[in-house]
Amino acid sequence: MKDFKKIFGSIVYHSGNILLAIIMLYPIIWLLSSSFKANGEVFINAHQLIPDTFHFENYRNGWAGFGNTTFATFFKNSIVITAISTLGYIFSCSVVAFALVRTEFKFKKFWFATVMLSMMLPKQVLLVPQYILFHKFNWINTFSPLVVPPFFAGPSSAFFIFLIMQFIRGIPKELDEAATIDGCGTFKLFIYIIAPLIKPALVTVGIFAVYWQWQDFVGPLLYLNKPELYPVSLALKLFSDPSTVTNWSNMFAMSALSLVPVILIFFVFQKYIVEGISSQGLKG
Amino acid sequence: MKNTVKKINKFIDKHKLTGYIFASPWIIGFSIFFIIPILNLIYYSFTDFNLIADPSWVGLENYHHLLVDPKILKALKVTVSYVIFSVIPRLAFALFIAIKLNQKRKGIGIYRTIYYIPSILGGSVAVAVLWRMLFTRDGVINSLLGLIGIHSGISYIGNPKTALSTIILLAIWQFGSSMLIFLAGLKNISPTYYEAAAIDGAGRFSIFKNITLPLLSPVILFNIIMQIINGFMVFTQGYIITKGGPLNSTLFWVLYMYRRGFESYDMGYASAMALIMLLIVALISLFVFKTSSKWVFYEVKEN
Repeated sequence: MKDFKKIFGSIVYHSGNILLAIIMLYPIIWLLSSSFKANGEVFINAHQLIPDTFHFENYRNGWAGFGNTTFATFFKNSIVITAISTLGYIFSCSVVAFALVRTEFKFKKFWFATVMLSMMLPKQVLLVPQYILFHKFNWINTFSPLVVPPFFAGPSSAFFIFLIMQFIRGIPKELDEAATIDGCGTFKLFIYIIAPLIKPALVTVGIFAVYWQWQDFVGPLLYLNKPELYPVSLALKLFSDPSTVTNWSNMFAMSALSLVPVILIFFVFQKYIVEGISSQGLKG
Repeated sequence: MKNTVKKINKFIDKHKLTGYIFASPWIIGFSIFFIIPILNLIYYSFTDFNLIADPSWVGLENYHHLLVDPKILKALKVTVSYVIFSVIPRLAFALFIAIKLNQKRKGIGIYRTIYYIPSILGGSVAVAVLWRMLFTRDGVINSLLGLIGIHSGISYIGNPKTALSTIILLAIWQFGSSMLIFLAGLKNISPTYYEAAAIDGAGRFSIFKNITLPLLSPVILFNIIMQIINGFMVFTQGYIITKGGPLNSTLFWVLYMYRRGFESYDMGYASAMALIMLLIVALISLFVFKTSSKWVFYEVKEN
């Protein structure tokens, strides 16, 4: 009798979870399958997951892009913007975190407070004045508004600084003291002792920086007005422009392609991602 | 050459500048990209400014317009309902699933991964576009309903009664990151509490209410505050999925601000809107913090 109850509980548990798993994945699988359907087929029996015939040409046609700009350009732009800003975050956030944990300077507490405060600030509040500022810098229609702030204080810096600070706090201070006794200055201490030890934190920062930058839509929407400068996120919007007849299957093909890097990183670095979210509350 | 380096080093040491040098990216960046814009924002909100001509001082005019603009009230209503109806169900659901996954059973790792994937993809334009297709007239939802004999010709995107709900559903679909945070929190609860409760013969609900919930409350508080702030920032979904419509039923605050600022070039008005939003978010966060002393339980750790 007890065994029966246990088995029954197990069946309920797993069928509930499997049902939820199907609901969670269905939209993504649907996107993938629609990317292989013929354009006219997408909305006939829309729920159908297996296309009647596989139309691989959707990818080729979608890749051709708009006018003279192909998706090769959009992907190149995305990669350039993402790579530079990620490097910026890793560099600036690690040195700032180090300063806030392991050095002493005047008003340190004040600057730490600004880090915490900017974490709570709804970033959209600054859209207008930042736009005007970058307009004055003549940065409109360049990548600068997207890639320069990360080297100093970008929209996500505060989260990353805080994450690295927590990590540095876990490194025993005796290590610093021993290095200092051996004649190691603060700069060398950072480069040779701390930096190698915080690598796991930097990987986490890198992953989330890539995610957020790759999917960022508002920034490119504001600052980039020429299609040849568009990253993928913004280019997808062109498919549904009122001036063109939307080719759904091409759009789905490119949408699916835009998610490939994100999913790839997810499966390779899952451990870091789970850790980053669990311990720091980073939003996915 | 070597001498100057030495001199510089001495100067740095003498004035304790090393820390400043390391912190300088933040100090410079925060000043230029945060402080200056915020000060400018306050100034712009009192001006008429179209980006081409210089801003001209109009006093409180923007704020007066805000008070009588029917779209402002609409945007506030839409945004606040979005925040309430996405944050609370998402957190509740995330907590429920986290508790269910916090057991020793087979397959839990796989479920966790699957539930988390939408959170990773959810912010992307691709998913926003996809969401639109799920809920249009010929979309997947109606097609699925047709299978079980319900033939509805409604476009959920095009109906002012349901449009906001589709975007809220998109938010709830991304419960995975909150679930992971709760899972980590649950793992930190010492099993001795549960053992003691088991000895006392406590029921499942009583254990949840008297042990799990209080010990998890700091994590819940953190989540509520961050998600309220994030909720107020909703923009892309409204911009792509529903374009603010139909009948402004998804005209989120930031979307309306974007339209006034970057489509009508009314930077003064958009600035006033941004400041009001900052004020609202600050007040709500403060309110949640204040009430938290009543329901958040901090474990005293003995050292």
